[in-house]
Amino acid sequence: MSAAPTLEVRNLKTHFFTKAGVAKAVDDVSFTVDKGEVIGLVGESGSGKSVTGFSILGLVDPPGRVVSGQVLFKGKDLLTLPAEELRQLRGNRIAMIFQDPMMTLNPVLRVDTQMVETIKAHDSSVSKADALARARDALGQVGIPAPDERLRSYPHQFSGGMRQRVAIAIALLNKPDLIVADEPTTALDVTIQGQILFEAQKLCRETGTSMIWITHDLAVVAGLADRISVMYGGRIVEQGAISDVLDHPVHPYTRGLLGSVPGHNTRGQRLYQIPGMAPSLLNLPQGCAFQARCPKADDACLTEPQITEPVPGRAIRCVHPHLDADEEIGA
Amino acid sequence: MSVFIIRRLLQSIAVVAVMSLIVFVGVNVVGDPVDMLINPEADQAEIARVIRDLGLDRPLHEQYLYFVKNALQGDLGKSFTFGESALKLIVERAPATFELALSALLMAIVFGVPLGVIAGMRPDAWSSKTIMAGSILGFSLPTFWVGLMMIMLFAVVLGWLPSTGRGDTVEVFGLHFSFFTLDGWSHLLLPALNLALLKISLVIRLARAGTREAMQQDYVKFARAKGLSESRIVFVHVMKNIMIPVVTVLGLEFGSLIAFSVVTETVFAWPGMGKLLIDSLHNLDRPVIVAYLMIIVLVFVVINLIVDIFYSLLDPRVRLKDAGQ
Amino acid sequence: MSETVKHDPNLAPVETPLHRFVSDFSDSAIAMIALAVLLVIVFIALFAPFISPTNPYDLAKVSIFDGKLPPGSVSMDGVTFWLGTDGAGRDLLSSMFYGLRISLGVGVMSGVIALCVGTTIGLTAAYYGGRVDTLIMRIVDIQLSFPAILVALILIAALGKGVDKVIIALVLVQWAYYARTVRGSALVERNKEYIEAATCLGLDNKRILFRHLLPNCLPPLIVVGTVQTAHAISLEATLSFLGVGLPITEPSLGLLIANGFEYMMSGRYWISFFPGIALLITIVSINLVGDQLRDVLNPRLQK
Repeated sequence: MSAAPTLEVRNLKTHFFTKAGVAKAVDDVSFTVDKGEVIGLVGESGSGKSVTGFSILGLVDPPGRVVSGQVLFKGKDLLTLPAEELRQLRGNRIAMIFQDPMMTLNPVLRVDTQMVETIKAHDSSVSKADALARARDALGQVGIPAPDERLRSYPHQFSGGMRQRVAIAIALLNKPDLIVADEPTTALDVTIQGQILFEAQKLCRETGTSMIWITHDLAVVAGLADRISVMYGGRIVEQGAISDVLDHPVHPYTRGLLGSVPGHNTRGQRLYQIPGMAPSLLNLPQGCAFQARCPKADDACLTEPQITEPVPGRAIRCVHPHLDADEEIGA
Repeated sequence: MSVFIIRRLLQSIAVVAVMSLIVFVGVNVVGDPVDMLINPEADQAEIARVIRDLGLDRPLHEQYLYFVKNALQGDLGKSFTFGESALKLIVERAPATFELALSALLMAIVFGVPLGVIAGMRPDAWSSKTIMAGSILGFSLPTFWVGLMMIMLFAVVLGWLPSTGRGDTVEVFGLHFSFFTLDGWSHLLLPALNLALLKISLVIRLARAGTREAMQQDYVKFARAKGLSESRIVFVHVMKNIMIPVVTVLGLEFGSLIAFSVVTETVFAWPGMGKLLIDSLHNLDRPVIVAYLMIIVLVFVVINLIVDIFYSLLDPRVRLKDAGQ
Repeated sequence: MSETVKHDPNLAPVETPLHRFVSDFSDSAIAMIALAVLLVIVFIALFAPFISPTNPYDLAKVSIFDGKLPPGSVSMDGVTFWLGTDGAGRDLLSSMFYGLRISLGVGVMSGVIALCVGTTIGLTAAYYGGRVDTLIMRIVDIQLSFPAILVALILIAALGKGVDKVIIALVLVQWAYYARTVRGSALVERNKEYIEAATCLGLDNKRILFRHLLPNCLPPLIVVGTVQTAHAISLEATLSFLGVGLPITEPSLGLLIANGFEYMMSGRYWISFFPGIALLITIVSINLVGDQLRDVLNPRLQK
């Protein structure tokens, strides 16, 4: 292992304290992101993946709150940093890309205003002309044609795909060490999705930026990420190198997810569907969150399963991990 | 952009025409035009003569055209009480009313917007709740009663400010304004504050609601994710979004301030158009009533037109959509 | 597949909309207090003749020698004037009770009529759409672009004086708010599936409008109703104060305040002060209740 990891999340817990009860959106999540690595954080709606992203940047809105844990960015715990220091890191060393670019760009401000302010917020010595030049370059980097004209436009004058590229460009402006992308392609066409994925990958390789790509779509992450963490009911249930997890899934949920993706070898066969529905975060069952839908559940699942690391870098949270005959994890 | 303006202009002209029709119908059909336009103390011969002069024995549509023709030339009848042209009476008093309304508007913005934004930023804090409670009070207080109490407190009990009337004026372009003299200000302060009270509450609520909604938007979260300072987020991002509804409403409210000055002017004996109207209503000075109504309708339509144009300048989505982009 | 004890995570305790509404509304202590105050005021208004200490309009009992007495004074007959007397010797507290009755009565009546008229027009506009809708909304927009007091003054100038004329004027001032509100929510509801279903069932238009569409448009209507009633009461008081509202045979709170105007300069503040307080409390209570209703019924602010 070379340099220290860019980001280390340890036992993060973020809970929402509502009138209807406590929703444990993030319940003991741990993972690491190395320099230049792309981590895929996969899970369905309500699994807590977006809240994990927000927790890292300190953007959890009330009634939510980070309850415990550590988020070590290059060694510094973001959760204990004073507000002003955290602000200086955001948009500068850690950037975030949101899901719906229509809502994240302020509709009444021009694109150049919104880009220049990001630069000036972290380095007020930059002149407006220089800032505009950097903004222009960033737009070019993400493949937006005629950047000068585009800079003077308003967000609603762009198509969905272009807007997201603008959001990515903004994220790149200050050359951050880490980008947290929260379902950035979910709201876009599949073709645009492909382009953006390709460009994101290229950028990370070229600049050595680390990325956490949050998505519900395994297919998206398969070609992009180096490592993957699967979340369910606010917890990480399986983690490891991408090829490892996709070829040899061990947690019943992961297997279910993979099994439900149509592929060449399932043509003509009925699509597999995981029975049941994801639990409400307000009403998590005792023990393993997945029991109600798991074909292998039994009484042992009533005690909360802990994370085990059979091989370094490969983690699972299950008392009945799925092993084919003669199969070993990490083999 | 110009298409937009032309269209709004045509709409405004249509509205004025319709209102003139309504006022005309109101005077000549609902009421008795003989009563409305002729001094009740005139004798028979006089009445007959005036009927002929004013064409009241002509068919209705001819009368309407006659009315419009006169109106366009600036003749809206003669006041019974003063014997002068009704239009002239109103125009003489207009600066006083405008001055009052403008001062009230400014006070409402200066006090209302900051309070509203503060309340909106932290909706559950004590300061916010106090501000909102205060604003409900301002909203519910009957203006005339507050005016009375203000006079009681500041003029009668404390003796700090004069109770009624307008102060010294300065002539600007032939019109008199008390804006520019200290004595003028001491007389202007109470009535302007009184008039503003209703609108301050409105502005506070608007600013607060707008701020509260804006703060929940994704672009605020994104702005934080970019690492912008809270003050920039509030003063640039949020402010520009809330100024649109605030300006729209305030623009429309200016007209309402002019209308409502009727009350304040009566309480403070401020010599403006409003007081003239009330006096005329009591004296049954119909020509002045008609003239006032026509003029105020015109003022309203013009204000609405200006506000619409302003609105389109502030919100690029309206402007560009209209231009067919 | 092994059958084990399955925890069904999807069952949450059932809560009806009414239950949630009541619990949300009572979240605000202030609104609850306002509601209580409002009920007291309504009670006073309804039962004024029975609970009033004196009858201020019984000319035999009123004496000019009792005039302009400060609060707490006692009359020659031993009756305590808790809030003092006015210029003619009438007990202010009693006058206020009767005045509340008139102010509230006129305000609520005009509000209810305006609600019915405005709702019908608004529903019609929304349901039939097209040119009917455009025409009606044009009229509504134009009327709403003029301030209430101006519209009221125009109408009073045209119609003349009298209680009925004032109520007509108040109705004509308010109907447009109701029409616009109902039309807005009706337009949203009109496109929803349950209306389509009702149409498919062959129900006639009137039934669909009133039995299916209207109940779903009620929330904003309730909010507008409370606020408009407060406005109507305030407007009537203002008009009466200016001398162009209710005649002196129906002394509303506005008239009482006007009566006290002339005594203010000599320091006899109570004649105008107390009726104003009564008016204020009424309007504030209505507004507070309306405010809480608005917050509770506004889907955009739901957490």
